[in-house]
Amino acid sequence: MLFRTLSTTLATLLLGATLGLTACDDDNPTTDTPTSGKLNFEFENVVGSQSLTFGNSYTTLQGDQFTVSKFNYIISNIKLTKADGSSWAEPESYHLVKQADMTSRNFEVSGVPFDDYTGLTFTIGVDAARNTAGAQTGALSPDNDMYWGWTTGYIFLKMEGTSQQSPTGAYTYHVGGFQGLYNSVRTVSLPLPAGVTSLHISATQTPQLHLKADVQKLFTGPKSFRTSQINHIMSADSNAVRLAMNYAAGMFRLDHVHSGE
Amino acid sequence: MLHTVTLRRLIPLAAASALLVAACKPDKDVEEAFAAPTPLTLATPQGFPAMAAMPADNPLTEQGVALGRMLFYEKKLSSDGTVSCGSCHQQSKAFTDGRARALGVGGQQHARGSMALMNMAWSQDFTWDGAHTELEKQARVPLENPVEMHQSLATSVTKLQQTSNYPKLFGQAFGSSKITEENVLKALAQFERTLVSANSRYDQALRFERSLTSTERQGQQLMGHATAFVRGAECVHCHDPQLLFAGPRHTFFNNGLDQPPFADPGRGGVTGVAFDQGMFKAPSLRNIALTAPYMHDGRFQTLEEVLDHYSDHVKVSANLDPQLINSPNDPSGRITLTALEKQKIIAFLHTLTDSTFITDPRFSDPNP
Ligand code: HEC
Ligand code: HEC
Repeated sequence: MLFRTLSTTLATLLLGATLGLTACDDDNPTTDTPTSGKLNFEFENVVGSQSLTFGNSYTTLQGDQFTVSKFNYIISNIKLTKADGSSWAEPESYHLVKQADMTSRNFEVSGVPFDDYTGLTFTIGVDAARNTAGAQTGALSPDNDMYWGWTTGYIFLKMEGTSQQSPTGAYTYHVGGFQGLYNSVRTVSLPLPAGVTSLHISATQTPQLHLKADVQKLFTGPKSFRTSQINHIMSADSNAVRLAMNYAAGMFRLDHVHSGE
Repeated sequence: MLHTVTLRRLIPLAAASALLVAACKPDKDVEEAFAAPTPLTLATPQGFPAMAAMPADNPLTEQGVALGRMLFYEKKLSSDGTVSCGSCHQQSKAFTDGRARALGVGGQQHARGSMALMNMAWSQDFTWDGAHTELEKQARVPLENPVEMHQSLATSVTKLQQTSNYPKLFGQAFGSSKITEENVLKALAQFERTLVSANSRYDQALRFERSLTSTERQGQQLMGHATAFVRGAECVHCHDPQLLFAGPRHTFFNNGLDQPPFADPGRGGVTGVAFDQGMFKAPSLRNIALTAPYMHDGRFQTLEEVLDHYSDHVKVSANLDPQLINSPNDPSGRITLTALEKQKIIAFLHTLTDSTFITDPRFSDPNP
């Protein structure tokens, strides 16, 4: 049977609803003063000093021509540290950024205790625990185009496009893998931009962080490569790790901060 | 959670009926008081993911679904009384029509082909270009579109109000016999959400109720991604990895049917972004053997033609998804399948046919 008729009596239903409503009221204290605020993230994907536009032609620092047709990545475990070394970590911290979806490039982190923070740390990818916990919801929903159905686990970063130097004329990089030799989970700590001493979060201040992700730095870094050498990454392997080492080494930077007063 | 949502909806309905009773004073426009409709829960078939959230203001009810089914097959909703939703969405063909491009009132041709209707409670992108994310809103399009049913919803409401049966049915489903445009759309959407297909041979194999033949299993494997050691046609990247649902949410692809300028802008027509031109939703492959001809304009008559396309005729453009020209199957990067591999894939695609679904009496025309 596909359909199950709820034949519970209306009285029970109404009682349940009343209880529900009462519970809702309790959830809404009006007298407490807030102790936590928000932080806004804005990711801008760039190619060196240019903005990233799908279909436009660019050149890697090694001299390979390329275009981009897809660029997605998962940012997780966002952590803010204070000068005294203590920190606050966002619970359930998983954010999917897609170049194709403007709204995904901006997100808000809430519940941040009022304070001054001096450091920002996050992970590119999905930690091992979540990778093995099966399909999830939200940013980790399997229908987000970032889930490997044929193995378990998430794709941390996906970039696709064309390159004249690639033997096929195209490249498809799907980077993932969370265990052993082929672990591509990377955590980065980004310095605050010059002139910014701290992120002050208060009832009246919601700082806006403007981050840049530079596609060039996928090709260039500790493991620079040519598109003639690597044009296809589709599983956790040594090439995936090469890209991970590159993206950990300088793809993301905190470009500027609006103090948000 | 689901229960609470159901409840919240019942209260206003109950309240409304109560008010109606109260209002039943001597008056010439006395409205009958209707009992609250019976809530209906759509069960999630074994192994299916969670459903997309039901709209808070349109919970499923037995009466709403029954009314939606009547409306789905109601030709009075078209300007010349000859076309219903069911004309272009026929149950025997998994709710498609067998035509390359759909035909509306007066034999007018739609620019696109009809689409299979199934498992819409799990989907969030409707029509080939994903122009709609809500079934309630989508239903207005075919009703009013000049090349489909070509009748304003306001006129449909007037026509239905004048019948002897519909006012009462609306009363039972929505608490008021005064028919509204909104309730017509809601009832249609409710019926559509109950069109669940979950009993293909492949579903049964996933539930360990039977097994697939080795050819079928090889076909399934071949739809996966290729490596240096394993051949694969990359179908899973765009169609659901489980091969049972539509492709990734809010994601559209160009699968190399055409090069720019595209006759049909597809997703680009919705977003206005040039790069999205020629991109379409990757539909579910469930029941695919029943829904020929294929693609948004019905250009391929058979699954053989579809496989020939992916194997050998993908057209390259900036909009093309690179996965179709970057396969380890062949140095050229093309998918290049052998005749035998194509046959195996097609054998697997036939296991996705759900004959229970296309004969389920709950989905058929109530007044054939
Ligand atoms: C004239 C033929 C025709 C009629 C009549 C018709 N449809 Fe369709 N239907 C189509 C076509 C063609 C498409 C694809 C439209 C597009 O992509 O722009 C479609 C697509 C759909 C979809 C999207 C399915 C998906 O999975 O994305 C839904 C839902 C739908 N129709 C419901 C209805 C309903 C409800 C009615 C009656 C109110 C109806 N249709 C009447 C031809 C028709
Ligand atoms: C790059 C993404 C992509 C890949 C890979 C892909 N498809 Fe598709 N498929 C699509 C899109 C998008 C459409 C709809 C295209 C259109 O109508 O313009 C489609 C349409 C289809 C249709 C027609 C559906 C219908 O209802 O008419 C079939 C059948 C199909 N694909 C089978 C396959 C098979 C089999 C494979 C593997 C050999 C495959 N696809 C690989 C994206 C893809």
